Amino acid sequence: MVRYLARRALLLAVTLLIASVIIFALTRLLPGDVARLILGREASEMALANFRQEFGLDQPAPQQYVNWLVGFLAGDWGRSFTGTKAPVQPLVVGRLGNSMRLALMTLVISVPLSVGLGIIAALRENTWVDAAVSLLSLAVVGLPEFVTGLVLINGLALGVRALGLPATSTVPDGTLADWVRQLILPALTATLVLVGYISRLTRAGVLEELRKPYVRTAVLKGLPTRTVIFKHVLRNALLPTITVTALSFGWLIGGLVVIENVYNYPGMGALLVEAVKQRNLFVIQAIVMVTVFFFALANLAADLLYALLNPRIRLE
Amino acid sequence: MARPLTLLGLVIVSVFLLMAVFGPLIAPYPFDAIIRGAARLPPSPEHLFGTDRLGRDVFSRVLWGAREIIAIPGIATALAVGFGTIIGLATGYLGGWLDEIVSRLMDSLLAIPALLLALALLGAIGSSPVGIIIVIVLLYVPIVARVIRSATLNLRSSGYIEAARLRGEPLMYILFREILPGVLPALAVESALRFSYAIFLTSSLGFLGLGVQPPTPDWGRMVSEGRESYATTPWALWFPAGAIALLVIGVNLLADGLRRILRYEGAA
Repeated sequence: MVRYLARRALLLAVTLLIASVIIFALTRLLPGDVARLILGREASEMALANFRQEFGLDQPAPQQYVNWLVGFLAGDWGRSFTGTKAPVQPLVVGRLGNSMRLALMTLVISVPLSVGLGIIAALRENTWVDAAVSLLSLAVVGLPEFVTGLVLINGLALGVRALGLPATSTVPDGTLADWVRQLILPALTATLVLVGYISRLTRAGVLEELRKPYVRTAVLKGLPTRTVIFKHVLRNALLPTITVTALSFGWLIGGLVVIENVYNYPGMGALLVEAVKQRNLFVIQAIVMVTVFFFALANLAADLLYALLNPRIRLE
Repeated sequence: MARPLTLLGLVIVSVFLLMAVFGPLIAPYPFDAIIRGAARLPPSPEHLFGTDRLGRDVFSRVLWGAREIIAIPGIATALAVGFGTIIGLATGYLGGWLDEIVSRLMDSLLAIPALLLALALLGAIGSSPVGIIIVIVLLYVPIVARVIRSATLNLRSSGYIEAARLRGEPLMYILFREILPGVLPALAVESALRFSYAIFLTSSLGFLGLGVQPPTPDWGRMVSEGRESYATTPWALWFPAGAIALLVIGVNLLADGLRRILRYEGAA
């Protein structure tokens, strides 16, 4: 077990290292002079040179990469190109916290909902209920988040206004009521994206278990259907769902980009779009690294949890 | 169940394709024409989809915009599928160190969530139609390559491939004449799926203000602009948003139908 963890941790580090090289290479080696873009066409050669020197952009690319990587590991994630040239690290970490709140709220809504729908669809296989669930997920999953989000805000305007829900969300204060109030709409939007995916997997998992001999044994020895489903089938069928959930958390951290923009929510995704428009390279790099880290971490957590809950798997 | 829905998908996609080709011809107004005294008009026979806050005809702008939203994802998908297929065939059939290196490289590209990578890349190259196409190609080549590679691996040890090899056929012949037809179902389904995701991505970039730059009408950007003036011109939001939704659903129905017809279950 310890060995397994050590190997996975090493793999995580390698993934991050490769991702850092890719993201650095892509943002630096592509054409376009960052200093010129930030300072504008009228900037003097002197000002450009100063800017490049200030941010170390005058050094050769490999040297820049090493400087950035060493700094990144030490907690110095560079400074913003614009405004007060504030350090990137506190900015990104603060926004990350906001995105995490939203991701958490999304999972609280979407996991029970989509697992429930998946189970119902499987138990009613090939009936209209099953068809409705799969058609719904097929139709909704494909839609861009900004379309579903705007339908939620504006299309249901009457209902939404009656509930007093804000069209733009802010970070919730401590109370549960404010969490629900601020985050319910963006979380529902993200849920619509996830629900098709998770429910389809749940359905497949339940169907697979239902065909196994032990289920027939349980039915034939006269156990009530309820007991067969809850005590036997679901215990096995829901294992893959855990993996999917852990993975979608990793995905959500980065995937909320569009949703945060729809609701003007101050998360990491909204910051990323801003940074891209300003070509704020250090901010972009930091956000990508943080997201890849969470994505990989969620992967690891999924595998560990799966092994923990499934005694048939022993990690070597 | 599958057949009528597939047909519906086909009809929707065909209508949008016709719109992309002929839209500008039937559009009553140029996309950037500001009609005097006609700002914020609701839908009417004169302006089918109404006019936006500047007095531009929304129907005309949606028609013109169809070209961008189909051409950019279409070209990008074709390129990504082309390169991805070549890489997938070569790595799957040849194996060895080439496969090892290319697969690792592709895996690490896939470790970065797609939209994030797209945004980071656009931050570096700037947003232009060519920029967006480059980004989509970079994102989807690894995915297509992986699908084609695994389909190729399944065929590699088949008797007829073995026979071609023993006949001394050149590598190109084996890859494109013997293996390629065998992976066509995977290729067809994957192309349709990629096209759908590419439309999704392109319109999302437009919405975020990183798509095709004005004055060219971009459905995603139109939605974003329509949102700002939603109180006075809701139709300026709903028509482009509806067009995106309908197009994406159509392509998805078609992809799902293809998967059923070709009995290909590889990708979800």
